[in-house]
Amino acid sequence: MTSAAPAKTQYEAVIGLETHCQLSTETKIFSTSSTQFGGDPNTNIDPVCMGLPGTLPVLNQKVLEYAVKAGLALNCQIAPYSKFDRKQYFYPDLPKNYQISQYDLPIAEHGWLEIELDDEAGSLVRKRIGITRLHMEEDAGKLVHGGGDRLSGSTYSLVDYNRAGIPLVEIVSEPDLRSGTEAAEYARELRRIMRYLGVSDGNMQEGSLRCDVNISVRPVGTEAFGTKVEIKNMNSFNAIERAINYEIERQTAAVEAGEPIYQETRLWEEGAQRTISMRMKEGSSDYRYFPEPDLGPIQVSSQQLEAWRTELPELPAQKRQRYEQDLGLSPYDARVLTDDRAMTEYFEAAIATGANAKQAANWLMGDISAYLNTEKAAITDIALTPQTLAEMIGLIDDSTISTKIAKDILPDLLAQGGSAKDLVERKGLIQMSDPAVLEAEIEQVIAAHPDELEKYRAGKTKLLGFFVGQVMKRTGGRADPKLTNQLLAKKLNG
Amino acid sequence: MASIRELHHQLIQKERTAVELAEAALARMDALEPQIKSFLTVTADQALAQARRVDAQIAAGEPIGLLAGIPIGIKDNMCTQGIRTTCGSRILETFVPPYESTVTQRLQQAGAVMVGKTNMDEFAMGSSTETSAYQVTANPWDVERVPGGSSGGSAAAVAAGECVVSLGSDTGGSIRQPASLCGVVGMKPTYGLVSRYGLVAFASSLDQIGPFGRSVEDVALVLQAIAGHDPHDATSLDVEIPDYAAALKPDFKPRGKLRIGIIKETFGEGLDATVEAAVTQAVEQMQAMGAEVQVVSCPQFRYGLPTYYIIAPSEASANLARYDGVKFGYRHDDPENLLDMYVKTRSEGFGAEVKRRIMIGTYVLSAGYYDAYYLKAQKVRTLIKQDFERAFQQVDVLVSPTSPTTAFRAGEKTDDPLGMYLLDLMTIPVNLAGLPAISLPCGFDAQGLPIGLQLIGNVLREDLLLSVAHAYEQATEWHKRKPPLAV
Repeated sequence: MTSAAPAKTQYEAVIGLETHCQLSTETKIFSTSSTQFGGDPNTNIDPVCMGLPGTLPVLNQKVLEYAVKAGLALNCQIAPYSKFDRKQYFYPDLPKNYQISQYDLPIAEHGWLEIELDDEAGSLVRKRIGITRLHMEEDAGKLVHGGGDRLSGSTYSLVDYNRAGIPLVEIVSEPDLRSGTEAAEYARELRRIMRYLGVSDGNMQEGSLRCDVNISVRPVGTEAFGTKVEIKNMNSFNAIERAINYEIERQTAAVEAGEPIYQETRLWEEGAQRTISMRMKEGSSDYRYFPEPDLGPIQVSSQQLEAWRTELPELPAQKRQRYEQDLGLSPYDARVLTDDRAMTEYFEAAIATGANAKQAANWLMGDISAYLNTEKAAITDIALTPQTLAEMIGLIDDSTISTKIAKDILPDLLAQGGSAKDLVERKGLIQMSDPAVLEAEIEQVIAAHPDELEKYRAGKTKLLGFFVGQVMKRTGGRADPKLTNQLLAKKLNG
Repeated sequence: MASIRELHHQLIQKERTAVELAEAALARMDALEPQIKSFLTVTADQALAQARRVDAQIAAGEPIGLLAGIPIGIKDNMCTQGIRTTCGSRILETFVPPYESTVTQRLQQAGAVMVGKTNMDEFAMGSSTETSAYQVTANPWDVERVPGGSSGGSAAAVAAGECVVSLGSDTGGSIRQPASLCGVVGMKPTYGLVSRYGLVAFASSLDQIGPFGRSVEDVALVLQAIAGHDPHDATSLDVEIPDYAAALKPDFKPRGKLRIGIIKETFGEGLDATVEAAVTQAVEQMQAMGAEVQVVSCPQFRYGLPTYYIIAPSEASANLARYDGVKFGYRHDDPENLLDMYVKTRSEGFGAEVKRRIMIGTYVLSAGYYDAYYLKAQKVRTLIKQDFERAFQQVDVLVSPTSPTTAFRAGEKTDDPLGMYLLDLMTIPVNLAGLPAISLPCGFDAQGLPIGLQLIGNVLREDLLLSVAHAYEQATEWHKRKPPLAV
């Protein structure tokens, strides 16, 4: 009865991401108007970003600095000599009908980043994802269609140029990703790096981080790529993961059924949780690239490069490693804590003032994160300073308060701040750890519950918990739990 | 009409007021415009207001600059805030810029009085000003003939005395060739010396603004006001600007031996015999004034024209893509859809020459053609530059005719685009190399039409170029002749 079924072909996905990341400069890439999000239409504009006749672009030097730092953080080679090119196509949101971008000499190339994943057994796996290139370019404006969702079918369209000329870096990955989970983790790590550098807020809802996915499937073990499909319109990391998983199933099913895969662009529909065809790729578009004559070459001297390199902060991967190796945190804790740079700064400030790293991590990942979630607040918004958190952890360590008391006073500290010790003293919450005082309290409790005492002594020792609870109730939670247990056991056992 | 210095003297001596100068220019425009048609827009109100400000300064005893109160014409491809800027095109008929170009802003600050915007070939594409969507400007020396182009309006206005000086732009000869045909002085500075901010782009790597005047000194004074670094133009050079007028000397003597090189390749087939004779005579005159003359060869010179007609249309095809009916200028009023709006707006808004160049540029930048055309043209451009570099190791100034012929009749070459392109043979290589050059009168043909001499200088040697031109001018009488206008 052991006849093997014919081996079913296994497929793997080959995935690469093209990520557009908005740089958080104050002004646009080639002109002086503000990059602020959410202004009234056409209020953050100027003659240059509107492409008015006679205007000329001048590179915002902050954009170059941010792009180079991003390139360095992604382990790229920075081009000592680079240039801008014109990418030509007609569309109403593109003021000049060409986009100033970088074609054959991007500012950064040949880099990588490392992602951390859990394998099927739940243990940590690290994977290096290649970065093909990173280049600078200007964003286009935004079309608002009247009488329809898209340009075709609408009765009129309005253009908002507030976004035109917002600085972007486009980051292209190698086709090294194999699953939705890997792709989403790559995108998260990219966002983390940008935020650590302070060069982008990586806000997907506001469109400051946009990922397009290129994906094909092929039988495992083969070298040749399948037909590539592009997916757009994912507004969250989860959506990236789900869109890819959907597409892997769709393409695999098509291949297995002997149906063709078309080279096309597909849109992720969040509502229906599926991808739909947007447009077919008819050959490759001819953008008639040529070097931008209005801007000179971009030269980054080795001194400048080194100066920018020394300004790089410790990056997420380095931090994770340090937290595990030097601070003894678990890989999971290290990953959670380092997700947000502000959180790591808080954490590091707390341990710098003496807090135990593991305890600080627990408080931050536990009660404090829960509070931030409920209040929809950021770590930078709370009144509790890292020093106070360290102080509170110190009070627990030296048995001045119990963990329970700490949990009770935390909301006050988070909302109002101030010293933990002062609060504990003011509220009279200092732990009762004087055996004589505690013994008196315990005797009162035992005297008040003769029935329970009898049952206990008859063998129902589970009632110890009841007595501890009564002592806690009587002392307002201030009784030292460990000492209470010891003394109670002694008294009850008579 | 008098020179800038003479007029300045009259103003500060209170012999005349700036308002009187402006009124005189406006009156002359009134009398001559019906036949010359140099101006697309006359800015009488703004001119008088600016003149009154200058007069108030003089009355208050404040010092004024040399250009204060001087009537000036501006080519209609330089943006003037609140004043229509058409670029000679239907597609910009209604375009009123919300910002001021750097050059006109600097002139305003210097107190110059803009009297109007001058006619030009559409988007500066042409050599006769006949591709203007609005009017054909006449050559003041013979109103049946063209003034040259593309800055024909600016050249004719100065020649006719409608203004004292004017600004033009030069992409392949568009200042020097009309200066030559209209018998005035016109200068194209080193690429990057004058800001292009606010100059409606034709070919970004070649375009350069420069002045017209009736004397080298007037040209030097205007250049002084507009030259210098501009943070709004990334291709603008950050260099010290010398005192050009102070560099002018009546002869070649103070600089030791001046070495002049005749570019061999500019003398030959297609060159009008009268032009050749006049230029040869001019060189002899300079030799007589103490210059050492030699013949130099720039073998790549002859590739200038084809190289230019790849690079310039390539850049133009991108620069002109923004005229799509979406944001400014002309829009077809009843399109079927987006594509129809683009097609009809551009078909109706652009003239034939502009369309021809957009198509050439689009073609040569297309996938599969880029290397064969654009990339090769860039390489040839480098070779042309190297020719000049070698020549300037031997000589200080290069000499050639500005235009192979004198002014031709209107309509004579409009059906012969290639023939029209050939008129820029002598001037184009200078733009490709980014060098400064000046055209100034050096004779007249049998019909009494002016002939121009082109002097080419090394990078940023405007001072030397102006000085040599000035010395030659002072030694001759050509610049004193006036066109036979009945006013």
